[in-house]
Amino acid sequence: MDLAYTPEEEAFRAEVRTFLAEELPARLSDKVRGGRNLSKADIQEWQSILSRKGWLAPHWPAEYGGAGWSVTQKFIYEQESALAHTPPVIPFGLNMLAPVLIKYGSEEQKAHWLPRMLRGDDWWCQGYSEPGAGSDLASVRTVAVRDGDHYIVNGQKTWTTMGQHANMIFCLVRTDNSGSRQQGISFLLVDMTAPGVEVRPIITLDGDHEVNEIFFTDVRVPAENLLGEEGRGWTYAKYLLTYERTSMAGLGQSRAALGWLKQIAQKEKANGVPLARDPLFAARLARVEIALANLQTTTMRVVAAAAAGGAPGAESSMLKIRGTEIRQEISSLTRRAIGPYAQPFLPEALEDGHNEEPVGPDYAAPITPTYLNLRKLTIFGGSNEIQKNIITKAILDL
Amino acid sequence: MDFTLGEDRQALVDVLSRSLRERYSIARRRAAAKETPGHDRETWGQLAEIGAIGALFDEARGGFGGSPFDVVAVFETLGNALVGEPVLATLMAGSVLPTNVLEAVIAGETIPTIALYEPQSRYDWTDVQTRATTDGDGWRLNGAKAVVSFGEAADLLVVSARTEDGTFGLFVVPAKTEGVEIRGYATNDGQRAADIRLIDVAAPGDARIGGEQEAARAVALGTLAVCAESVGIMTWLKDTTLEYLRTRVQFGAPIGRNQALQHRMAEVLIEIEQSRSAVINAAAAFDGDTLARDTALAAAKYSIGTNATRVAEESIQLHGGIGMTAELELSHYAKRAIMIDHDLGDADHHLSRYIALTAAA
Ligand SMILES: Cc1cc2nc3c(=O)[nH]c(=O)nc-3n(C[C@H](O)[C@H](O)[C@H](O)COP(=O)(O)OP(=O)(O)OC[C@H]3O[C@@H](n4cnc5c(N)ncnc54)[C@H](O)[C@@H]3O)c2cc1C
Repeated sequence: MDLAYTPEEEAFRAEVRTFLAEELPARLSDKVRGGRNLSKADIQEWQSILSRKGWLAPHWPAEYGGAGWSVTQKFIYEQESALAHTPPVIPFGLNMLAPVLIKYGSEEQKAHWLPRMLRGDDWWCQGYSEPGAGSDLASVRTVAVRDGDHYIVNGQKTWTTMGQHANMIFCLVRTDNSGSRQQGISFLLVDMTAPGVEVRPIITLDGDHEVNEIFFTDVRVPAENLLGEEGRGWTYAKYLLTYERTSMAGLGQSRAALGWLKQIAQKEKANGVPLARDPLFAARLARVEIALANLQTTTMRVVAAAAAGGAPGAESSMLKIRGTEIRQEISSLTRRAIGPYAQPFLPEALEDGHNEEPVGPDYAAPITPTYLNLRKLTIFGGSNEIQKNIITKAILDL
Repeated sequence: MDFTLGEDRQALVDVLSRSLRERYSIARRRAAAKETPGHDRETWGQLAEIGAIGALFDEARGGFGGSPFDVVAVFETLGNALVGEPVLATLMAGSVLPTNVLEAVIAGETIPTIALYEPQSRYDWTDVQTRATTDGDGWRLNGAKAVVSFGEAADLLVVSARTEDGTFGLFVVPAKTEGVEIRGYATNDGQRAADIRLIDVAAPGDARIGGEQEAARAVALGTLAVCAESVGIMTWLKDTTLEYLRTRVQFGAPIGRNQALQHRMAEVLIEIEQSRSAVINAAAAFDGDTLARDTALAAAKYSIGTNATRVAEESIQLHGGIGMTAELELSHYAKRAIMIDHDLGDADHHLSRYIALTAAA
């Protein structure tokens, strides 16, 4: 066994670090580290820097404009980016839809949509969930009826992350009711600027607007926006979900958040002693750090297996469960760390141009909202309970 | 043994919960938290009228209750309706106010609050840097107070300060006094609080209304009260989540049919019952010797801090996406349940207190 990276991989890591040091605007990394709100423009700014470098879609095959990186390189890149506090890349188009397009899309669809993703022409969102179709995704009811060279779409999607910024949505729609529930589902790319599409905000418990409801009333979608074959959407959807889940462990983000928490635990004092040396708090901190180190190696074992050609399957469920639990625990400890100053709710302090004197320590304002917001991690992308069902069936054979 | 509330207390609880059910709502609570004074004056008037405030104080001081079990009964009921009114502040401050001032408090005409914690003190209320210097017959107060519950709503502030010889004192100051700077804000659990500065605030000689013992008792009362409030909140969270498990259909059946979720709810139930017992222990020990009182309170607040967070997080999780929304009442209950851990000392604070207190015994 050899847990170290090869010299080539180390060289690659150095290259990533140099790039981040030179190209990541401090204005953006400060915002990310401090947990302040990123605007659409902030995210687009970082995506276009990556695009110029050719690193916006590193996991795509080189022929479509990807960097052609290995699984390990991609892993290194994700870790380094998180530790440097880069803004997120919006995953829906680049990381989720693109692999499906590349595998199942027509040549015309690939030629049209992939370059647009690299240029940042489209902002994609994911239209899977509906009020009655959450964990049970196959119960989607949004219908698409063929009418000449169009589909007419009617129905409702919900929990659409950043749908308020998007101009395109990929949807699971029902095109047939006759067979099994999975058989009648198709995968459709819908222009959100078309007449009949309405986006309504959902405010989450932290006070933020991140998710939306989307209503479709007689929306006309050109038939060429059907991905693959009619009625085979479920196959494509499942393929996409494996891509969604592999990156959900959030290892890099947890490492970055833990580093930040440790800094705070040095500054905050309980009974005159830095919290990092308070026995109870230190024990909590140590536990989560150990869990994270274990997860890091588990992740690398899965990465190594994938690099050797195995497809990431139910193992990614394991990483998702433990990774999200760890990230939630870190955010919960950060909330505890700031004591009574976890209570003030100051959303204006998370916005650009805010320069009032902080209430409590200057890092306090985003901490409780972040803790509350991250409750979502164990719910979305297939809830952790559903991931456990997958593990019990696929790995444990129970 | 008798774990029932007793007739009078039960009658109060029934009237209070019926009135809250009929007239109070989360919408009202949210509207109030958006701006000063941060609470709903009409609701406050009703609480006073029904006797919820009077029940917190004994007859000798103009109330008609005042036992630890009265406090528990009122606060559990308030928690169950998620009332965002300055009752906790009133209980704590009221416990040290002179009887003639308390009269107006019980009538609902005066709202007091108590300001013990400071920016550097975390949960240690004996860590006081605010200074009280003698000035002729009176006092001058200088210092800063942190996250004062309903600081803007209060007519009277009870503040802690150390005198020139280092003695701990409690002083009462009208909020409108010159030199009192109040910076109010909403809190993450949908109430309001304030950071307060005292800049050369003048107070008369009789403004000093207590010392360390009175403060300790006020903190003890407040701790008992928030623990009981939490039990009321947890009970609501459990009831509501159970209802959801019975009605939310996925994969052709209510999600509550999944044994994985059934066992989780069983754990939630056990945590709540354990918390309830911890509160009963604390109430029963309250009027005994202070070591027994403080030990039982530390145990209760530790239990609540740990269990309520778990119950709140489980309730959100079992609701799935909908549990994440501000529109659902559940998220507001969950936030208050979690934020109670930051009131008057969190689980770690009370666990170390418990260790220290029992090691001394
Ligand atoms: C912040 C956020 C962002 C999201 N973004 C998107 C997005 O961009 N696009 C999109 O399409 N969707 C999105 N989602 C939706 C997300 O994928 C769903 O919330 C998730 O699939 C769970 O579905 P549900 O909310 O309907 O919960 P339900 O399916 O109703 O589940 C409720 C509870 O029951 C449990 N449960 C359900 N079935 C079982 C079972 N068989 N065994 C054991 N437990 C079970 C669940 O784990 C959960 O705890 C987002 C959700 C959130 C919260």
